[in-house]
Amino acid sequence: MELKSKIPSGPLEQKWDSHRFNMKLVNPANKRKYHVIVVGAGLAGASSAATMSELGYKVSCFVYHDSPRRAHSIAAQGGINAAKNYQNDGDSIKRLFYDTIKGGDFRAREANVYRLAQCSVNIIDQCVAQGVPFAREYGGLLTNRSFGGAQVSRTFYARGQTGQQLLLGAYQALEKQIGKGAVTMHTLTEMVDVVLVDGVARGIVARDLRTGKISTHLADAVVLATGGYGNVFFLSTNAKQSNVTATWRAYKRGAAFANPCFTQIHPTCIPQAGDHQSKLTLMSESLRNDGRCWAPLKKGDTRNPRDIPEAERDYFLERKYPSFGNLAPRDIASRAAKEVCDEGRGVGETGLGVYLDFADSIKRLGDTAISERYGNLFEMYERITDEDPYKQPMRIYPAVHYTMGGTWVDYNLMSTIPGLHVLGEANFSDHGANRLGASALMQGLADGYFVIPVTIGDYLAQAKLAPMTLDHPEVRAAESAANDRMKRLINIKGKRSADSFHRDLGKIMWDKCGMARNTESLTTAIQDIGGLKEEFWKNVSVPGSDADLNQALEKANRVADFMELGELMCRDALEREESCGGHFRTEYQTPDGEALRNDDTFAHVAAWQYNGENASPSRLVEPLTFESVQLSQRSYK
Amino acid sequence: MNFTLKVWRQANTASAGRLETYAAKGIPSDASFLEMIDIVNMHLEEEGKEPIAFAHDCREGICGSCSMMIDGVAHGPVKGAATCQVHMRTFTDGQEITIEPWRSVAFPVLKDLITDRSAFDRIIQAGGYISAPTGGARDANEILIGKLESDSAMDAAACIGCGACVAACPNGSASLFTGAKISHLGRLPQGQPERYRRVEAMVAQMDEEHFGHCTLYGECQEACPKQISIDVISQMNRDFIVASATKRPEMTSAGAG
Repeated sequence: MELKSKIPSGPLEQKWDSHRFNMKLVNPANKRKYHVIVVGAGLAGASSAATMSELGYKVSCFVYHDSPRRAHSIAAQGGINAAKNYQNDGDSIKRLFYDTIKGGDFRAREANVYRLAQCSVNIIDQCVAQGVPFAREYGGLLTNRSFGGAQVSRTFYARGQTGQQLLLGAYQALEKQIGKGAVTMHTLTEMVDVVLVDGVARGIVARDLRTGKISTHLADAVVLATGGYGNVFFLSTNAKQSNVTATWRAYKRGAAFANPCFTQIHPTCIPQAGDHQSKLTLMSESLRNDGRCWAPLKKGDTRNPRDIPEAERDYFLERKYPSFGNLAPRDIASRAAKEVCDEGRGVGETGLGVYLDFADSIKRLGDTAISERYGNLFEMYERITDEDPYKQPMRIYPAVHYTMGGTWVDYNLMSTIPGLHVLGEANFSDHGANRLGASALMQGLADGYFVIPVTIGDYLAQAKLAPMTLDHPEVRAAESAANDRMKRLINIKGKRSADSFHRDLGKIMWDKCGMARNTESLTTAIQDIGGLKEEFWKNVSVPGSDADLNQALEKANRVADFMELGELMCRDALEREESCGGHFRTEYQTPDGEALRNDDTFAHVAAWQYNGENASPSRLVEPLTFESVQLSQRSYK
Repeated sequence: MNFTLKVWRQANTASAGRLETYAAKGIPSDASFLEMIDIVNMHLEEEGKEPIAFAHDCREGICGSCSMMIDGVAHGPVKGAATCQVHMRTFTDGQEITIEPWRSVAFPVLKDLITDRSAFDRIIQAGGYISAPTGGARDANEILIGKLESDSAMDAAACIGCGACVAACPNGSASLFTGAKISHLGRLPQGQPERYRRVEAMVAQMDEEHFGHCTLYGECQEACPKQISIDVISQMNRDFIVASATKRPEMTSAGAG
């Protein structure tokens, strides 16, 4: 199979415009004849479902939550980037584009990223029109904050709940369409397979989580907006139910999966407290605007942080990256924190932590100003750790937060399966090997509000789709395979909970395919996962019935997919013999410990094609060509 | 720490439920309330018994999934926190804890501690939005909104839709939830054109869903994990009265041609 990126020709600045002109349109009266299924209702899912329905398409939307408002986009804290240049500080579409390409360590497609930067401007307008209460100045204008990896202030925010407010905007637009009968909403319904007929996506198989009933839903096109796969590590900042099942089943039906090893480890999370822990909590990157990261200079220094004098502190980000300081990008800041802890200078009981200190800012601005900016985050921190960040520095440690890899898509956001489109974090397209802060919300909404509503028309106008019925043999086969899988899981009747397997998988992934990887760790990880997988299918315990609301079954079904994905991530990390962004191979580093890219051999996207249960997947390559930026060693010094 | 749990178990909406007793042993004091249930569930699963079904997702107090009455209090003993933000150090070792689902006619139990809160979505469908189809928006800075106005809209917009307000209300009223959305949108200039249609439609839907009436007990704001003030209910009531008093028939033939 060949990966056809379908990047339009012409100058970078005009590609999206000329593409929009060249695309085929569907006549307004014909749009209602086309049925589009959207899976997921986070920023990308809800915005695309609402917008396509506004255009006149018949839309059905599926979520495993009890309401589309609960999708994990809701938890994003810090903000959303846009090249508005409201601060007059030299920002532009080109600068946002450049920062994103560089931040991604030159492993993203120029054309996609440029389009993203162009759309960013419209997103803010759209959201304000919907009533998103972004932070404002007294004069009534919108205000901005700065975020990692940028030297301009282009991040729009709504306190520490930006994701919530953006999602509610999209959710309300979606609910309006549901109320009008223009979107059919299926809540508590989880996609378990994609239906292909003659190689084209024609619907999904879904399980009603209330009753366990599995049924097939047919459509003219399918859109997956099902989020990232960070929970493969068990402990991550993702919501507990976030999973890879939708895109993984698509992979097994032929949708190539790109750059699975590109995982973002976020530097500022609350450190793990013990083995009982079920998830990790992010402390927004915006805190690094006013907080200073430091660790004691001496190893094993257990003094109260307030008793450690200035001269015995190491403000390691300011020391190593003077021009970006505490606002170094996430991958860089995470590695720096890990390095400090590896040297034995970590803090807290486990030694896996560094300080994020607000004392200087509080002295400069006062408690009130700090509380206005970060009050809810400070409160959240205190509730979890029982420590008051106004009085003592926060303890933070990196944690898995976002996955840049995902289903491979072309410029139109279509996967290698015709008719199957993938948006938001679920696709691989815009962030390369590392995502900059406040860019995930931007991508989800750009894909959903502005890209897919246009490109789906181009697909539908040209696809010659035969009418489809539920008794087509390929449709029935997909549905019965889904039923068989649920029965198989129930009938194992082993001794271990799905969560216990998930924890073991997470530990393997974190230790061997986490912040630092090498040939040896990755090779053993693949073996370990193989063993775990074998045990899972013999010894997992899934009590209850498949014809019922059964959370143990939901979990087991997702964990089984995570194990297979984990193996592919390790394989991808092993084959990529370079370090870039969040992918750090210890064999490939500069003398001062920075990521050492190999542009001659690896300036490409690696997309994996499934070849069946007992065969190795093929590694397909999409070369990345850079016409507008110069590849350089990324420097934030 | 060790606890004795009395947990509501109910197979589905149609069947009767009962309280079952479980021992939660060796629970770390740093564990969250949901992590405590995770531990109990893990043991149940290992014994081949059905785990306690409960709604949860983000576990950082923003998705609004988790929803438990803990000793009769919505979201438990910590003020301004959702169930997932309550930690076991808040309880005393050896304590007996009773855990039940939200209790409201409008939120039928689906299983154990999970209730059906889709009535909230239908209230939003009725009018909890600003009509702004994608594409037609003007530049964001052309709409000036004073900081105080914007902040007060944000205070109301912070609602996570968990339903604690309904569960805590002796009348089972959804006024805090509905009032919060009406206030969020009604306090912004963008929300003005639909302001009075919105309040009428949302209040009507609230009644249709069998939520009770508000008699200003104020239990809702005590239980609200985002501490939304009952001021939003006053705003809803005021807007509703204005809407009823100024209502005019809508033109049906406008714009033809």
